[in-house]
Amino acid sequence: MTISDITVLLDARVLCGEDKLDSEVQTACGSDLMSDVLAFVKDKTVLITGLTNIHVIRTAEMLDIHCIVFARGKVPGEDVLEEAREVGIVVLTTKHTTYTTCGLLFQAGIRANNDCLAQQG
Amino acid sequence: MQDYTMVDVYDVKALAYATAGDASATIKRKLKQLGVDSAILRRVAVASYEAELNLIIHSRGGSITLQMSPQEIRLLTRDVGPGIPDIEKALQEGYSTANEEARNMGFGAGMGLPNMKRNADAFQIQSELGAGTQIEMRFRLG
Repeated sequence: MTISDITVLLDARVLCGEDKLDSEVQTACGSDLMSDVLAFVKDKTVLITGLTNIHVIRTAEMLDIHCIVFARGKVPGEDVLEEAREVGIVVLTTKHTTYTTCGLLFQAGIRANNDCLAQQG
Repeated sequence: MQDYTMVDVYDVKALAYATAGDASATIKRKLKQLGVDSAILRRVAVASYEAELNLIIHSRGGSITLQMSPQEIRLLTRDVGPGIPDIEKALQEGYSTANEEARNMGFGAGMGLPNMKRNADAFQIQSELGAGTQIEMRFRLG
């Protein structure tokens, strides 16, 4: 599904990246811990998080994550959005909790990246 | 013996949270311009970023050296202390000695060294208390 589809699904507001809503999303990751996100190496991934500091953008950039959804109605500061615009990441905000947001995406067919589990050991 | 045609050194200051990731973003951009495969690029970027964060969060300062040959990319990190008391423990997923400030920012999940090891084709770590830590990571190209 596309980022545009996700916006509709989550009843989300687009905070930046309006020109990139046609991008494809294949997998998702929900976490507030940056290193847990970094353990998850895949592109075309949407990140669901409640952590609104600038490190979220840099972490997403490292992984080629092209869309971030802030749950619980959270809106990051302008400095965070500016950084997101600079690196081309779409930022959405939804009133749903992290749990519900993940559930809605899972129900719509978006799965986690299981490749990283296979690499352990 | 590898013939490294490119060598770049990036200094990383202790506790420099405001610029955390700058070195890794530069490394990623440079390798992308050189046409490195995107999957390999992502692994190098993640490993570099984790290393950079470790230097900022845990060390007294250090550097990341990027080297490239036709066969591989090599990342070397070194710092001036304090050293890791128990490397086996530090390599365990979930084990972290990050302080309150780091955790409040979303760091300290205890996945740094494991993530670096998993993303690299070869990973070596050495540490001496009071002296510092050196890490070598190699990524095969093609």
